[in-house]
Amino acid sequence: MSLRNFQIYRGDGTVGEMKSYQLEIEKGMVVLDVIHRIQAEQAGDLAVRWNCKAGKCGSCSVEINGKPKLSCMTRMNEYAEDETISIRPLKAFPIMRDLVADVSWNYEQNKRITPFKPDPSSKNESGDYVMMQEDIDRVQEFRKCIECYLCQNVCHVLRDHERKDAFVGPRFMIRLAGLEMHPLDMQDRIPDVKNSYGSGMCNITRCCTDVCPEHIQITDNGIIPMKERVVDRYYDPVMKLIGLIFRRK
Amino acid sequence: MDISDIKTIEHDVIVLGAGGAGLRAAIECSMHGLSTGLVCKSLLGKAHTVMAEGGVAAALGNVDSRDNWKVHFRDTMRGGKFLNNWRMAELHAKEAPDRVRELEEWGAVFDRTKTGLINQRNFGGHRYPRLAHVGDRTGLEIIRTLQDHGIHQGIDVYMECTGLDLLKDGDRISGMVAMWRETGEFVIFKSKAVILATGGGGKAWKITSNSWEYTGDGYGMAYEAGAELMDMEFTQFHPTGMVWPPSVRGTLVTEGVRGEGGILVNSEGKRFMFDNIPDRFAPETADTEDETARWLEGDKEARRPPELLTRDVVARAIRKEVKAGRGSPHGGAFLDIASRRSAEDIQKKLPSMYHQFKVLAELDITEEPMEVGPTLHYFMGGVRVDSDSQMTCVPGLFAAGECAAGVHGANRLGGNSLSDLLVCGKLAGEGAVKYLESNKDEINLDENRAREIIRAATDILNRESGENPYLIHEDLQETMQSNVGIVRDDELLTLGISGIDKLWNKFKNVKADGASQFNPGWHQAIALRNLLITSEAVAKAARLRQESRGAHTRVDYEGERDEWLKVNVVIKKSPDGTMSVEKVERGSPDPELERIANLSIEELEEEVQREAGQP
Amino acid sequence: MTEIPGGHHSGFLQSNRADKWWIEPLWTGLGFLAFVVYTTWAMFQGDHYWWSAGQGGFGGYLSPFYSPLIFIKQGVAGAAPMDHAWFGSWPGWWPKLIPATPAILILAGPLSFRMTCYYYRKFYYRAYFMSPPACAVEGISQKKYKGETLLLVFQNLHRYTLYIALGFVAILSYDGILSLFRNGEFGIGVGSLILIINPILLAGYVFGCHAFRHITGGNQDCFTCPNGKTSVRYKMWKGVSRLNARHMFWAWISMIWVAFADIYIRMVSSGKWIDYSTWGY
Repeated sequence: MSLRNFQIYRGDGTVGEMKSYQLEIEKGMVVLDVIHRIQAEQAGDLAVRWNCKAGKCGSCSVEINGKPKLSCMTRMNEYAEDETISIRPLKAFPIMRDLVADVSWNYEQNKRITPFKPDPSSKNESGDYVMMQEDIDRVQEFRKCIECYLCQNVCHVLRDHERKDAFVGPRFMIRLAGLEMHPLDMQDRIPDVKNSYGSGMCNITRCCTDVCPEHIQITDNGIIPMKERVVDRYYDPVMKLIGLIFRRK
Repeated sequence: MDISDIKTIEHDVIVLGAGGAGLRAAIECSMHGLSTGLVCKSLLGKAHTVMAEGGVAAALGNVDSRDNWKVHFRDTMRGGKFLNNWRMAELHAKEAPDRVRELEEWGAVFDRTKTGLINQRNFGGHRYPRLAHVGDRTGLEIIRTLQDHGIHQGIDVYMECTGLDLLKDGDRISGMVAMWRETGEFVIFKSKAVILATGGGGKAWKITSNSWEYTGDGYGMAYEAGAELMDMEFTQFHPTGMVWPPSVRGTLVTEGVRGEGGILVNSEGKRFMFDNIPDRFAPETADTEDETARWLEGDKEARRPPELLTRDVVARAIRKEVKAGRGSPHGGAFLDIASRRSAEDIQKKLPSMYHQFKVLAELDITEEPMEVGPTLHYFMGGVRVDSDSQMTCVPGLFAAGECAAGVHGANRLGGNSLSDLLVCGKLAGEGAVKYLESNKDEINLDENRAREIIRAATDILNRESGENPYLIHEDLQETMQSNVGIVRDDELLTLGISGIDKLWNKFKNVKADGASQFNPGWHQAIALRNLLITSEAVAKAARLRQESRGAHTRVDYEGERDEWLKVNVVIKKSPDGTMSVEKVERGSPDPELERIANLSIEELEEEVQREAGQP
Repeated sequence: MTEIPGGHHSGFLQSNRADKWWIEPLWTGLGFLAFVVYTTWAMFQGDHYWWSAGQGGFGGYLSPFYSPLIFIKQGVAGAAPMDHAWFGSWPGWWPKLIPATPAILILAGPLSFRMTCYYYRKFYYRAYFMSPPACAVEGISQKKYKGETLLLVFQNLHRYTLYIALGFVAILSYDGILSLFRNGEFGIGVGSLILIINPILLAGYVFGCHAFRHITGGNQDCFTCPNGKTSVRYKMWKGVSRLNARHMFWAWISMIWVAFADIYIRMVSSGKWIDYSTWGY
């Protein structure tokens, strides 16, 4: 047990301030527990978004001491006893209230992505799709995504330059990678990856990968392979020639 | 207040809840060309379905070709102690494989067998490896698949919107009043059909694997609208929840750990499940360490380890060990996978469990055993619906998933929840489609009722002073935890009911501070009504049922009693506003289904093989 | 510094991070700068890039900065014998203003590979372009930020530089073999070890390249089609992926080593260090 200092943003998207709170910390507590305790004892109307409290739903994304994190998976013992812990909402999205950000932009991006379309000829005689584990390992990594949007929040293209008009962000780059690498999918999204979803906007500085709570290798396994597929199509005459000769997919 | 100031949104059908059942129902409705609104309390894709870890049960027969819907049906009935709705259990077992294959069509990527088919794993109560899975994050895969498919179907999604109460035009449904969580503004959804897919009400207990959303909204709303609740006494305690640290007490530890070979031991190092095998399962359960070791190596002749007995059995056994002073340091049992599987296997098969313990409990499950104990997990009971259409006794009101009763009887098998969501979600969607086909005339909104609903909500904010909603909730959790727990008796339940009564009185004077925008205190206060209805229903149904069956254990009435197999406990709001709790006779089962359920496993396996051999 | 709603600090190099976020960009920035400065200096020297203890015949140590030798300028201290040049002696038309050093002809090759490398891009965009300086630290906000679409679109040519780099792996491997001989006689010296390790580290870096990973198998949607068995390409891709996961390590170690190899040969060739060897001369 020890008394610790906290600073939490209170306010909306136009006015607000960092407010100080003090709380007794018990062993094993995570930052979300702190927020809940403050909510129950000191500030009944402190707004925070959360659900599963086990790192599986990706609702409780905030910035703790300036780092984008899931508050339910951030243990208090990561911080020194005398450290004041600051908790802020995500910076890249409009603030609704207190620690709750309006992430609806992300849902609009997901809707823009051409949906999955399986190749019916991949079915065997009893009507089951046949896919080998080796072929789906890559895709399954991307599907671990819990849509916490920490990667979207930390991506400087969206966060600092506010180019939400030009780039769908890392979350949807791996969504696209998961579709493009899906062994059953028949759609071609590469022109859109380049022109509409903005693969060229990413300068692979890898902050998305650094903050991913699911440890998905967003940059190395998702975005760069997508960029390389764009190179195949648009920047590599040798591959184009090979493509012409062999008429590959 | 002038109702015309409140925005009215019109749809053919409103689905409340965007977990697996809600999404599947909404997809079905929109596929049939209905204008569909999907209303959810959280963001889309965050619903409790993401917490489901182990897998979705479906008799695909990919791993063990002897599997068949009949065996799945028999397992489900036996797991549910024969209190399941026969027809629903039949539909569930028959349709689950197609629902799983359909997910693959929509982009789901299940783990594969060596031959490239959907892989299936062992789970408690299932005869064969039956659970299609994706590591230990199957629920996430299902919800994301449905979500990504659904958003391209033209479904209108209303996120962070809480359903308050249903509106009726005469006897039938005409819509729902809801509230935007962000602004605190109200909205009226006008629709001829409403599908409730709100999950259960686990938040009435202190130790639960459920999130804040699980406040029994569907139960409360259906009850208030005149629908019936059934089998509410059957609340499943999952045997393995985390017990330490305190802040995560109750968080789920997937049954997949035991499915992959994990064993339960007490503080004396004894594998106590061998002493807790019920007679009904004795012929199908291994009784030596040697046999369980052979089972783990894949020997098809070996019987299943006792750790994979049904959840009610395992939960009671752990409780017994703790009571007898043989528990772990923090009051649970040890769940050991480290000594059974290689570190690499564990990280591959159970990655999120590894991560969860590493971060939350600073424990490496590849080296040390976990400490686990029972946690409230699931409601077998719920809104009483028709088996084929999923419609309640209120025309136009449907329910599916955990919110509805019937498929699971007195106890649910692991993996049967995800399949229930998909099967019954689709059935509810089809039910709504049929209902709308035969109900084409206009509906009217009951403005007075809408005004009443809104006033009930705003009163909480407008009161000068009153009870703290967080404290009422805490009291309720305390009451339910100690009086309506795993083991029940008349005295405790009566105590619990009077405790709930007192909280009802406090609730009448509940007060939330602050403004109406994104105010969690207010949201909590609004949810309390549904939690109280849910708790009262569970406690009263539990007191009425004088026997022990499945998840419902009465120390004053031990063992299953035949006369209780003939009835369900049905709850509804009586005209005077009090809760009516009644025994209702169950219909007699289809003779063919009864025959299948009562066959010995050898007889059934022989029958299935004989049929498979026929051209 | 301004504070915007949300309690966030806003402005160039502003952050709410309490840790020392600037350490990583500082060290990587300085480290690479040191390499560039040394490489440039070494390139312009044009001498002491060769050592064979004054012996002729097959064998000798060649600094990796100077390999391959396209032309050789004769009469320079520590220059390689003429028969090591691909195209003979230094051309007469070479402009006086540019130093006549063999390194200048080839260094653009490996450098182009490193400069367009997906890992190098990460750290130099962070360290030099502050785009962003570190995660959740603000760089220069540009409403018209273009990423790698406009001026930096050439980064897409990384694949061609990969082909060049593959050539260098072969050439430097040959140099490694060459270093095991002196006047046609087999032996081994400290320099041989350095020049053998050099192409191994470079290979670890080049074969773990993201573009290489793409062309070995990353461009396939199905590794087991059509017969359900994993292809050779899949196995290659798996191997490349394993190296790729530690691309940063290979990038730095191979870079430091190549500079060290040049320093070593320069020192031995100019007589400052002694090369211990089995030849005894």
